Amino acid sequence: MGAALHPVSTADRDGRTLRAVVLVTVAAGLVLPIAAGLWQTARAGFGVLPAIGAETLSLAPFATLLDLPGFGTALRLTLITGFGATALSVLLAVGACAAMQGRMTRRASGRLLTPFLAAPHAAMAIGLAFLLAPSGWIARALAPLMGWDRPPMLATVNDPWGLALILGLTVKELPFLLLVILSALGQIPLRQHLAAGRSLGYGRGIVWIKVIMPQVWPLIRLPVMVVLAYSLSVVDMALILGPSNPPTLAVLLLRLFSAPDLTLLLPASAGALLQAALVALGFGLLWALERSGRIIGRWWVRRGGRGMSAEPGLWLAGALSAALFAAGALAMLSLLVWSLAWRWSWPGVLPETWSLRAWSTPGGGWAAALGHTVILAAASTALSLVLAIAWLEGEDRARRGRAGWAEALVYLPLLVPQIGFLFGLNVLFLRLGLTGGYLAVIWAHALFVFPYVMIALSDPWRALDPRLPRAAASLGAGPWRRLVSVKLPVLLTPILTALAIGVAVSVAQYLPTLFMGAGRISTLTTEAVTLSSSSDRRITGVYATLQAGLPFAVYAAAFLIPALLHRNRRGLMAEAGR
Amino acid sequence: MTLDLHDVAVTWKGGAPLFPPLTLSVQPGEVATVMGPSGIGKSTLLDAIGGHLAHGFALSGSIRLDGTDLTTLPAEARRVGLMFQDAGLFPHLSVGDNLAFGLARRVRGRAARRAAVAEALERAGLAGLSDRDPATLSGGQQSRAALMRTLLAEPRALLLDEPFSRLDAALRSELRRFTFEHIRRRNIPALMVTHDAVDAEAAGGPVVDLTAGAA
Repeated sequence: MGAALHPVSTADRDGRTLRAVVLVTVAAGLVLPIAAGLWQTARAGFGVLPAIGAETLSLAPFATLLDLPGFGTALRLTLITGFGATALSVLLAVGACAAMQGRMTRRASGRLLTPFLAAPHAAMAIGLAFLLAPSGWIARALAPLMGWDRPPMLATVNDPWGLALILGLTVKELPFLLLVILSALGQIPLRQHLAAGRSLGYGRGIVWIKVIMPQVWPLIRLPVMVVLAYSLSVVDMALILGPSNPPTLAVLLLRLFSAPDLTLLLPASAGALLQAALVALGFGLLWALERSGRIIGRWWVRRGGRGMSAEPGLWLAGALSAALFAAGALAMLSLLVWSLAWRWSWPGVLPETWSLRAWSTPGGGWAAALGHTVILAAASTALSLVLAIAWLEGEDRARRGRAGWAEALVYLPLLVPQIGFLFGLNVLFLRLGLTGGYLAVIWAHALFVFPYVMIALSDPWRALDPRLPRAAASLGAGPWRRLVSVKLPVLLTPILTALAIGVAVSVAQYLPTLFMGAGRISTLTTEAVTLSSSSDRRITGVYATLQAGLPFAVYAAAFLIPALLHRNRRGLMAEAGR
Repeated sequence: MTLDLHDVAVTWKGGAPLFPPLTLSVQPGEVATVMGPSGIGKSTLLDAIGGHLAHGFALSGSIRLDGTDLTTLPAEARRVGLMFQDAGLFPHLSVGDNLAFGLARRVRGRAARRAAVAEALERAGLAGLSDRDPATLSGGQQSRAALMRTLLAEPRALLLDEPFSRLDAALRSELRRFTFEHIRRRNIPALMVTHDAVDAEAAGGPVVDLTAGAA
């Protein structure tokens, strides 16, 4: 081999520029602000916030925080609801997958899950409150049987144990985890392993625990961490469904942050640090569980016990999941029914009179909120989509996959609790004079939209038949023509799906809108959360219906547009159906 | 136009070469055949010539087409056509638009380009199928359309990656004849990778066993 080595770099120069642009954008727009926000929060947590004249480093903010009335309860509630909802969601999702396996195609289950994924957390929470409240649908349906002549005196929503919150979180997280597990199952030889295990005398449930789950877990670890981080630090659902006095830690912190007494910003920041530490602790616990599970699991596998059947457990998980899905669907329906109700007295299951009156005054508020929501969603999703496509195209041009650190970077905004860095960021933006404007909110939304768009688009992008761009190149098409006339049109379906997911994520944002908009930009979500504590369910129903309806409409469009455009392209329709 | 490979070898991440250094000269109008067990890197060799190697592969030796060194050129500038076992037609474009995608920029004007596409379709026995969805064509029709798309780009060499293996026996010999005839008529060198000894025999050119590394 006398001739010189040519490392493959012929077409790389363009790719390098593109990748540099993406890297700088991600570093400056994503990593740097999160780090800066955490740093500001940390300083304030330790007593340094020059803006309010606090300049001495001390542990006093933590002491103040610990002395707050109800702090201990808030902490306990956060741990119970956060870990409880995560554990319940994971167990149910795995059990339901095992129970349903082979009974439903991936396409059908994807379609079933979509509306639940699209529904914003706040809308789902409001719907569940309408369903579960003592005067809600369930109580009304039970009233004739139980002989209740007035709503029962039960705290079914905002209960002091946080059960309603756990239920609400589970209804939202279960579909997400199911989707993630289904896609992970597509990557392992599930059928063969199930058959092999069962032919060796193991029951179906045991094969799932001993053989399938150890393979699935590494593929779903990150999404489970996202669910855990979210459940431990959720604000909007906790405001609507959670206990109110004392509330969970995240809600307590929000109250401190928005209190008129500015000195409370210091213990609030200390609490935000504690919140971040709780999430870190949660990740540590997950890691420890995984380690010990591996050791115990190996011992258990080596014993070779065929054990009792886990079948009843699978059926229980399947049944509970079905019940949760039914509750979610009824919750969504109740939003619409309430927005159209006029006279609806106890214990009627349906309103006696219907009316469009709640809808008839768009000028009274919902038109403006809808407008803001649409603008924010469109801008942040467009930004995220362009960045995601640039990132993936950069990988293609460099002809290499994604490094581990880059994958972690994508997930970063979803793993750090929002309240941990949003406040610090707000301080930073205030100093730069950027707060309260559209741009700051768009950027804050994009911070959370981008990871989901990226995750949604990555797998289909990599699954694109590599021969198509190669054939285009051999026909003389340069990198840009390959992107615009081959890759993007062929990937239209996943691109529109990613867009729909992006819109759903943007519409659902509560805390970033509130903090970065300095309370001046009201969206359907911020209004719905505010209204949820008011007594007029009709108006609340209007906002929550719009909030859920917007992502639904975009999902429907994402489904219909390719079907229409590609109606004469069988190759692409088959692709979309996979 | 001659395709000259001199001491060509490909390594993966600094490891041992996938196959012994290959030296081969393919004359215009000739179809050379590369054979060898699967996994030895036959397709990687084609990727190296076409400019499609993935990151991590390194190429040594020289690849010259008509005297010009190809190794420093990006794929789209090499003018080396590519044929796959399943035709690789773009699923979002009609049959005619697939051909128009390939048609050289040299042909200018809407009418002239449409006429060129129609003529190519006719030559391939696909007249009147211009507006069809490529997925609705038979396997043989797809392969012929793909060959026409490749030829319209006026390649200076052609790479064939098991181009006939998906077709049944009768279609295979027909398409072989069709493909080789076009290559001869264009007078361009072609390199074919195949498992099928009959393909090699029909090609009539030099046959290389990649394990041995010499023509």
